Amino acid sequence: MATSGPEKVSWVRIRLWRAVLLGAFLLLWEMATRRGWVDPFFVSQPTVLAAQIFDWIRTGFILRHLFVTMQETILGFLLGTLLGVAVGFTFARWQTLAHIFDPLMVALNAMPRVVLAPLFILWFGLGLLSKVVMVVSLVFFVVFFSTYTGIREVDRDLVNNARILGAHPRHMIRHVLLPSALTWIFASLRTSVGFALIGAVVGEYLGSHEGMGYVISYAESMFNATGVLAGLLVLMAAVIAIDVALKRLDARFSYWKPFPK
Amino acid sequence: MTRDDRRGRITLERVTQRFALPREGREFTAVQDVSFDVGGGEFVSIVGPSGCGKSTLLSLVAGLAPVTEGRISLDGQPVEGVNPRLGFVFQRDAIFPWKTVAQNVGLPLLFRGVDADSARPRVAEWIARIGLTGFEGYHPHQLSGGMRKRVALAMTMVYDPEIVLMDEPFGALDVQTRNLMENDLLEIWAQLRRTVVFVTHDLEEAIALSDRIVVMSASPGRVKAVYPITLPRPRSVTEIRFHPDFGRLYETIWKDLKDEVRIGYERTRKGLVG
Repeated sequence: MATSGPEKVSWVRIRLWRAVLLGAFLLLWEMATRRGWVDPFFVSQPTVLAAQIFDWIRTGFILRHLFVTMQETILGFLLGTLLGVAVGFTFARWQTLAHIFDPLMVALNAMPRVVLAPLFILWFGLGLLSKVVMVVSLVFFVVFFSTYTGIREVDRDLVNNARILGAHPRHMIRHVLLPSALTWIFASLRTSVGFALIGAVVGEYLGSHEGMGYVISYAESMFNATGVLAGLLVLMAAVIAIDVALKRLDARFSYWKPFPK
Repeated sequence: MTRDDRRGRITLERVTQRFALPREGREFTAVQDVSFDVGGGEFVSIVGPSGCGKSTLLSLVAGLAPVTEGRISLDGQPVEGVNPRLGFVFQRDAIFPWKTVAQNVGLPLLFRGVDADSARPRVAEWIARIGLTGFEGYHPHQLSGGMRKRVALAMTMVYDPEIVLMDEPFGALDVQTRNLMENDLLEIWAQLRRTVVFVTHDLEEAIALSDRIVVMSASPGRVKAVYPITLPRPRSVTEIRFHPDFGRLYETIWKDLKDEVRIGYERTRKGLVG
């Protein structure tokens, strides 16, 4: 897949380069702070960061907070996706409805959710619910728009062929519209999972007593750069893990496509 | 049995189809005053320049769109919506990419409520007939263009429609594959004797396959002439071209067609066809 162009890509070499660059960066960082070129109070230190993360894992502190964040992310993601698919599907089937609500959807989607977060916390409290609502408000639109497009853009020939072959409306949904929309939904899945995690963390950051957002916000209020950076690193690792899992899932669901990525 | 009391007769009476072109604020007449009959079990080709409404005509017969003016009937019954006794092979392969070969071929039976046990042998029979035994579990993207076309053909034939409409079905295939598939089609047609209406812009293909050829004029499409093709059957599309009458027929029909093709081409160039 990555063999386009005259030069043949060597993955061993690429991995080696990545490791070397990362190592050099960490080394420079460590040296700069140890030699006093930069104050570790502002940028922390790789060894201190590693020790902090190790300590968090050993005491189980970070797992508890990570679990809370994941719970909000997954719950909000599932609800948002379900709602997005349902509404997207309904609007695609009943155009009048879509036309009526079009300005509303566009307006709602245009609202910056980060600014809405304090309102959600005001309405739904400091706990799980306000974060889930926040996540849903982000995920819903991504999934809604891709489902809507997916169903509107179904190959006309396929729909006509299904009609000729004798498909009833329920057959059409099950065998033509949904499978076709599924590719679009999956294409947006990785985006919406990213949004879900952002929603949960921002919600926690602005008002909560647990979760990764809270951990980062607390460290910030203590002027603890190590805590903030360690929290971010843990989040980063979580996002990468989820992304890898989703890539596998996508490949499994798009077995019928020429080049599953 | 004469061809007029076989099932699968198609009658077109003064069929006119217009589309609104809202952006240009006018109407576009795709076909105008088209009348002809197709007998039961007959193989009729429609030829004409691109943009003459051949495909439109087929989708009207299929009931995919309502007729603006005139009447189309199948065995005397006016067409109102999609008819389950009719099959359609599309120009692009409209097979379902998320289904395997066997699932694709079995789909019309599933839609018709045929239970899985009685569907299985019929699906297997048609897969064997199109030479794809062993490929049952493949997905369309793993097949060649010719194989996909075969799946589309099997999918249409598996429910045994009385009328088969084909819209330039082999247009995208290379010449060798195309000739093989034309021969397969002729063989299937000879065995089952279903009515076939075959749209093509390739006059040689039309002559080799058909009992009759309807020549359409450039847009708006009208029937310019109808030619009976009296070449002997059974035919092989590769050999029938050397029959002494083939060249004569080609010359006669081409004389009619050539002016229309030129007019059609000029119009397309000027952007007059919507």
